[in-house]
Amino acid sequence: MAEAVAGSGIGASVRRKEDLRFITGRGRYTDDISMPGQVHAVFLRSPHARARIVSIDTAEAAAVPGVLAVLTGRDMAADGLGDLPCGWLVKQSDGSDMVAAPHPPLAHGVVNYVGEPYGLVVAEDLATAWRAAELVVAEFEERPAVVDPALAMESEAIHEGVARNLAYEWVLGDQSATETALAGAAHVTRLDLVNNRLIPNAMEPRAALGVHDPGTGEHVLYTTSQNPHLERLVLSAFVGVAPEHKLRVVAPDVGGGFGSKIPVYAEETAVLWAARRVGRPVKWKAERSESFLADAHGRDHVTHAELGLDEHGRFVALEVHTTANLGAYLSLFGSSVPTYLYGTLMAGQYKTPNIFVKVHGVYTNTAPVDAYRGAGRPEATYVVERIVEAAARELGRDPADLRRQNLIRPEDFPYETPVALVYDTGNYEASLDKALALIDYGGFPERKAEAARRGKRRGIGFACYIEACGLAPSKLAIQLGAGVGLYESGEIRVNPTGNVTVFTGSHSHGQGHETTFAQVVAERFGIGIDDVEVVHGDTGRVEFGLGTYGSRSLAVGGSALVRAADKVVEKGRRIAAHMLEADLADVEFADGRFTVRDSNQSLSFGEVAFAAYVPANYPEDLEPGLSEKAFYDPENFTFPAGTHIAEVEVDEETGVVELVDFVAVDDFGKVINPMIVHGQIHGGVAQGVGQALHERGLYDEYGQLQTGSYMDYCIPRADDLPDFRVDTTVTPCTHNPLGVKGCGEAGAIGAPAAVMNAVTDALGVADLPMPATAEKVWRALRG
Amino acid sequence: MKLSLTVNGTPHELEVSADALLVEVIREHLGLTGTHVGCDTSQCGACTVHLDGRAVKSCTVLAGQAEGAEVVTIEGIGSGDELHPMQAAFREHHALQCGFCTPGMIMAAIDLVERSDGLDRRTVREGLEGNLCRCTGYHNIVDAVLAAAPVMTGGADHG
Repeated sequence: MAEAVAGSGIGASVRRKEDLRFITGRGRYTDDISMPGQVHAVFLRSPHARARIVSIDTAEAAAVPGVLAVLTGRDMAADGLGDLPCGWLVKQSDGSDMVAAPHPPLAHGVVNYVGEPYGLVVAEDLATAWRAAELVVAEFEERPAVVDPALAMESEAIHEGVARNLAYEWVLGDQSATETALAGAAHVTRLDLVNNRLIPNAMEPRAALGVHDPGTGEHVLYTTSQNPHLERLVLSAFVGVAPEHKLRVVAPDVGGGFGSKIPVYAEETAVLWAARRVGRPVKWKAERSESFLADAHGRDHVTHAELGLDEHGRFVALEVHTTANLGAYLSLFGSSVPTYLYGTLMAGQYKTPNIFVKVHGVYTNTAPVDAYRGAGRPEATYVVERIVEAAARELGRDPADLRRQNLIRPEDFPYETPVALVYDTGNYEASLDKALALIDYGGFPERKAEAARRGKRRGIGFACYIEACGLAPSKLAIQLGAGVGLYESGEIRVNPTGNVTVFTGSHSHGQGHETTFAQVVAERFGIGIDDVEVVHGDTGRVEFGLGTYGSRSLAVGGSALVRAADKVVEKGRRIAAHMLEADLADVEFADGRFTVRDSNQSLSFGEVAFAAYVPANYPEDLEPGLSEKAFYDPENFTFPAGTHIAEVEVDEETGVVELVDFVAVDDFGKVINPMIVHGQIHGGVAQGVGQALHERGLYDEYGQLQTGSYMDYCIPRADDLPDFRVDTTVTPCTHNPLGVKGCGEAGAIGAPAAVMNAVTDALGVADLPMPATAEKVWRALRG
Repeated sequence: MKLSLTVNGTPHELEVSADALLVEVIREHLGLTGTHVGCDTSQCGACTVHLDGRAVKSCTVLAGQAEGAEVVTIEGIGSGDELHPMQAAFREHHALQCGFCTPGMIMAAIDLVERSDGLDRRTVREGLEGNLCRCTGYHNIVDAVLAAAPVMTGGADHG
């Protein structure tokens, strides 16, 4: 691993501060927290994909000794709790608003997917709660389920008032220019693609512990959230569980999220409400089977795409029609994923002048679909990079060469795409070249021939991806329908002894912010990294924040800390100028010291901090204390990009696909901690390989989930994956103070297309639906 | 029912229900929350502990099966402030991100090293296939295990 920088500053592979508690078993996840008098909740879940609830008889369950309450959706509605909102209002192609069906936290009247909660049992202990839940008698009148997104618009309406099960028809780009260009193209490549439904599967199942203090009226919710302030906002402003100032949401150590812990769910809503009803703290922790059924799923697109090329191989137009399965209800950001996070990425790394995207977002009787690592961008990359590869094969062009010919060049930046983004910077050819060298592209024919001698078909596949991270600015996002701003907050409290407590609205659930954010702040102040403590994940301690998703934390949250640090330095200069009897203009701060220019007079950071709190010799016009905060609202997205190359070998006898090599060269702008960045790539690639080769969330025609456990849904295991070879190129982001872009999702964005391009190359077929399981490949080998 | 067992060197006499699982005893009766539960089909390995010196998935062991046994959890492998070589290697090689699978992964990895000769990248991957990690892609876990192995067995220090 490259370690260009020693010590603990920016660019150094500092070992993580948070690790000590995790490797010794002292992490504190939601289920590890217990309260005196705590009782346990078990949820009643629909066994049907679509049904009317005829009756719910709770009498027998409620009579079980140890049961405190059996509560249903009707009870919740009667208490005045509101629906779970969708946080992004998508405008349709005709200018009208999308159609959001009501989404009650606990179903009443009807149920619309298997696993949808319609009630809960609260009991002294978990075993009693489970026993009692078995005694609840619910009668359902089944209705035909709508499962296949491709058929949803022709099926009976699931929700009253939602014709054709269509939440929205959304378009982006110039349709007539695109179709004219396609009609005039020398060659048109057409491809039908399915982007398989995925089930995120963070290793920590979701959990919640609701606490209510009737003395103060305060509610505390400990829960597995990537965005505790957003959770508090939704629960207070929309659902109305408790007023915002009487609600504290704590997301303690969270065991992975990958998007699935962004939405506000029924279960945490219900335990908080139930805690107040029964007068005891109420805890729930998902069984893994509940995670499969009722966590927000990801992806699930059906797409037709057409790419036009001129006689020289230049891309002239791309038209994409997608049906996106949104599930039974619009999850918190479910509407934005297949639209603003998908259609806007269709230019990829290329100068395609005409692009048109049309998306039908449809309801089905399946679990709600929301952000999963990459969220829209892996789906876009899959379309662009699969069809570019297909075009290269149809035209007999080298796939790397065709890509290179069409790349946006360094001199083209800032580059405005036909699909509403302005890329600020990049050097796509540099990452392509580095990746080609790493994989030894020239040696591929020899490797292929050698594999053939072993009865293996070897294939190579590329993905030159781009992503848009750190969704911004707030004003634009809100214009486009976002219900919240997309800034981040940061606060730095310099303590009297000179060490520092940092509060960030970002949330770490594996990303290592306690280390990287400390590196950023420590370097700015010239203090040791161990003198910086990063606090996150608690609305009772952090003023506000929007949380962690979309690879935004460092670019947005880190930038907020830089701005807050600048304010600290500014105030420190004024204190130092007074103490040193110097002109403010002459006081400089560097390497942890405030120094009067051209003198030997200086004060350490710690001396100034002490003076701020013990103001014996202190400026009269300045408030004591040394604590500053900032809200940072980016002026644009960041645009990480790179080239991923996969090589696979297919066993002709068994159809087993082995991923034998994977190279990722990514441009994340400046890198704070290379070790952590490489780890993010490894994990993202693993999830992308999972999508390509192993994972598929599958419902049968009745809407029953067929992949409800780790026995049926295959997330990659250690022996399913190779070592990864990763490297970076650097073009610093032009518009944030750190020059950073974000690295959390790149692996999951590039890998599926790279791997499937390799698999289809090996097989000599135009397409194979993901995942490329042995059975599917074996059948493809036999035509 | 009554249960006697030793956990991390400390003997315990407990009253537990007959259908209690070992992981419930560890987490709920003894408050050792470093052992996690990540699934309900004994697939993920987050609950891995050592039972009489061998790695087991404690969600699949009845408490009664641990009668008289020596159990070691993640909290019991270091000595005082000193980390076990496997713990140190996980930190050094960035073999964890969210940390949820980590205790089980470390316990499984220690057992793998103790019962194997001449581990290489392939055999480490095969040996840990019963422990799921969703964050790391396993690459750095393999690095960590191979670095810890010689330290544990008294060879060269690659920690």
